[in-house]
Amino acid sequence: MTNKTSRTKMPEQAVNERIDNFLEVALGYSIAEAKQEALRCIDCKNPRCVQACPVGVKIPEFIQYILDDAFDDAFDILYEDNILPSICGRVCPQESQCEGACILGIKQEPVAIGALERFVGDHGMKNELADTKITDEKKEKIAVVGSGPAGLANAASLRKRGYDVTVFEALHDYGGVLTYGIPSFRLPKDIVRKEIQNLDDMGVKFVKNAIIGKSITIEQLKEDGYDAIFVGSGAGLPSSLGIPGENLNAVYYANEFLTRVNLMRSNDFPKSATPIKLGDKVAVVGGGNVAMDAARTAKRIGAKEVMIIYRRDQDSLPARLEEIHHAIDEGIEMNLLYNPVEVFGENHEVKQVKCERMKLGEKDSSGRRRPLPTGEYEIFDIDALIVSIGQKPNPIIKQNTLGLNTHDWGGIIVDESYQTSVEGVFAGGDAVTGAATVILAMGAGKDAAQEMHAYLEKKAK
Amino acid sequence: MYKIKDKKALNNDVDWMRVHAPLVARNAKPGHFIILRVDEDGERIPLTIADIDGEDVDIIYQKLGYSTQRLGDMNIGETIADFVGPLGQAAHIRDKKHVVGVAGGVGAAPILPQLRAYKEQGTKVTLILGARNEDYLVLEDTFEKLCDRVIITTDNGSKGQKGMVTDALEPLLKDDESIDHVIAIGPVIMMKFVAKMAQAYQKSIDVSLNPIMIDGTGMCGNCRVDIGGKTYFACIDGPDFEGQEVDYDGLMKRQNYYKDEEHVCYLRLKND
Ligand SMILES: Cc1cc2nc3c(=O)[nH]c(=O)nc-3n(C[C@H](O)[C@H](O)[C@H](O)COP(=O)(O)OP(=O)(O)OC[C@H]3O[C@@H](n4cnc5c(N)ncnc54)[C@H](O)[C@@H]3O)c2cc1C
Ligand SMILES: Cc1cc2nc3c(=O)[nH]c(=O)nc-3n(C[C@H](O)[C@H](O)[C@H](O)COP(=O)(O)OP(=O)(O)OC[C@H]3O[C@@H](n4cnc5c(N)ncnc54)[C@H](O)[C@@H]3O)c2cc1C
Ligand code: SF4
Ligand code: SF4
Ligand code: FES
Repeated sequence: MTNKTSRTKMPEQAVNERIDNFLEVALGYSIAEAKQEALRCIDCKNPRCVQACPVGVKIPEFIQYILDDAFDDAFDILYEDNILPSICGRVCPQESQCEGACILGIKQEPVAIGALERFVGDHGMKNELADTKITDEKKEKIAVVGSGPAGLANAASLRKRGYDVTVFEALHDYGGVLTYGIPSFRLPKDIVRKEIQNLDDMGVKFVKNAIIGKSITIEQLKEDGYDAIFVGSGAGLPSSLGIPGENLNAVYYANEFLTRVNLMRSNDFPKSATPIKLGDKVAVVGGGNVAMDAARTAKRIGAKEVMIIYRRDQDSLPARLEEIHHAIDEGIEMNLLYNPVEVFGENHEVKQVKCERMKLGEKDSSGRRRPLPTGEYEIFDIDALIVSIGQKPNPIIKQNTLGLNTHDWGGIIVDESYQTSVEGVFAGGDAVTGAATVILAMGAGKDAAQEMHAYLEKKAK
Repeated sequence: MYKIKDKKALNNDVDWMRVHAPLVARNAKPGHFIILRVDEDGERIPLTIADIDGEDVDIIYQKLGYSTQRLGDMNIGETIADFVGPLGQAAHIRDKKHVVGVAGGVGAAPILPQLRAYKEQGTKVTLILGARNEDYLVLEDTFEKLCDRVIITTDNGSKGQKGMVTDALEPLLKDDESIDHVIAIGPVIMMKFVAKMAQAYQKSIDVSLNPIMIDGTGMCGNCRVDIGGKTYFACIDGPDFEGQEVDYDGLMKRQNYYKDEEHVCYLRLKND
């Protein structure tokens, strides 16, 4: 009999091997492992897990199909709510969503919902189960700005309803953060490519190297005959530490560092012509997914010592639990309760970072204990510093669109139906919420599609 | 894919190229730039938009290293993998009476559309065109037609005045009171000294900054420059800035950060 109290472990690439390559770390369940894990779900009548999933995936239903060997059915029911299951199964912060609410979690370990979702998603992908048929062609044209999860979900949902959909992407490749941000050892790029291929098969049109606001303005899209526009331009503008020395060489924003590696493949230099330079000792400032990704990428590129510098304690690290564990296993050092105050360099190149020791005070508005300065400092010798303390929405669309209202931090303001202040222009994902998650962006893209459909139906009358 | 419609050598080092890129041409203005990637393994490199002709975009580039050399190897009829723009803020064409442009080397390319815009609004335009020697001068005839006056300087005196652009600039600023603005585009070290001189003669000055860039949309932060203690992203805030308070030394260091790697790439090209 299987042990029902602890979850089925997913096989992983050994640490000593994986720190030298960019292949996926977690290898996925076999059929037997998936069934063993599926058996643990007690098929709750009022499943708490479903309530905690931002898109309401019918979790117990798809899990029961796994037990019945009905993997195609499992995929179909999963796909109804989540068009990117292979991606979300891998990158959702499950511990604070579905798995965090699973009833089993009260006494033992919760069901590994993410791992099962990945299993089903990959089954669907391998067997090309995603339904790409369009039944009812409509004449209205839709422009989708950005090809991240928000834009992709929006495009898929509207295309399914028969609209003529075109996705405009600023970069030379599609996928948004899925492509240029999240590294391949966590999300293999062929998975993202296949998801995009699905949309292509559905008849969604893709235009790359098209910066909306610059190459074509929102106004011009309307002139070109687009009846509704969805802005899913994400939150790509890096936040700065605002401390002396931040513009020295070898101080990178995580976006630059990850873009060089993921999008420009600098780990293949000189075959790929974009270089990267790090040195032996690398410090990464921040504690979220981006910071973990940067730290683990630095290790794979050849840095000998990599440390995270974070101003709160380990329990407050906002990254996915799995990534924190993977990072620690891979030898990333956690320098917690430190806050950088100055970067020192020689010949305009970083040499040291000075940090203030922090302590935790009362809870703040985020519900976490606020880090407080202690007046004690420590200096770390480093060769590179990667700043990864958050991103804000990019101002290009705002600056070039008359009458588009945004918050002062840059987020696009929308009403409950995802309508912006400009007629016919909708928005969702990180561009609206600020940096959040793949599943929230995907959900927003999908829900906005419903509203855009309603808007177009009304307009047609 | 972006088709090369036309191409010619301006000198041994510098080419002019016309590329079919309707999405760039549609909204391009003087001062805007593009980013291109020659092929699937290529670097993203920024180049100023020299001119627009219908759906075509003209660029002028100096074959300096790997990517520009690869671009120079492409022929009419072939296609460039990626070509995106228009990027950056359009040049601020100020309300001035007499502008002196100072162009060093291939800086002649980005200064051209700006001087044209000044000329069109009725501003008097003087240009100092500097190069290492006669062979490196570009667009001489174009400027002779466009500008009220063109002063040529070469380091070795093979053409025009012998010496640096600043040697030609100083007497102008000293003697010609009608001059109320300077624009400098060229090597950072040149812009640094021209800015210093403009400041000494209390003239306003615009410079065009060329840090290393990747996306060109404000996403990576690679292109940051320090101006008066504040950080700007040259790709979205610039590339043109007022020249007095730029940290030119820092910019030069940042530009040179990948020198060794660039050399590796270049050697590979030579050996292929
Ligand atoms: C390194 C990293 C790791 C992460 N890890 C996780 C994780 O493990 N789990 C998780 O749930 N979330 C994670 N996230 C967050 C998640 O990726 C984002 O919340 C999500 O991608 C947002 O989706 P989006 O579609 O709104 O925007 P994005 O994915 O940012 O996509 C926006 C797209 O729009 C394009 N664009 C921008 N402006 C324009 C324009 N003017 N014209 C045309 N195109 C434009 C951009 O180039 C981009 O391709 C991570 C983020 C990063 C950076
Ligand atoms: C806004 C802007 C406009 C420009 N306009 C022109 C122009 O009209 N004509 C022209 O000849 N040049 C222009 N440049 C410079 C041009 O981008 C570089 O010469 C080119 O990138 C060199 O690449 P390379 O591989 O041939 O040379 P490399 O040997 O790789 O580099 C030579 C030098 O070019 C710079 N450089 C390298 N890679 C980049 C990069 N990705 N982005 C920016 N700079 C880089 C570095 O300072 C480096 O030391 C412009 C630069 C900027 C930022
Ligand atoms: S989409 Fe994310 S939160 Fe929802 S069930 Fe799947 S893994 Fe859990
Ligand atoms: S809460 Fe847990 S046990 Fe209950 S249905 Fe959801 S996954 Fe299964
Ligand atoms: S080039 Fe990336 S932010 Fe300017």
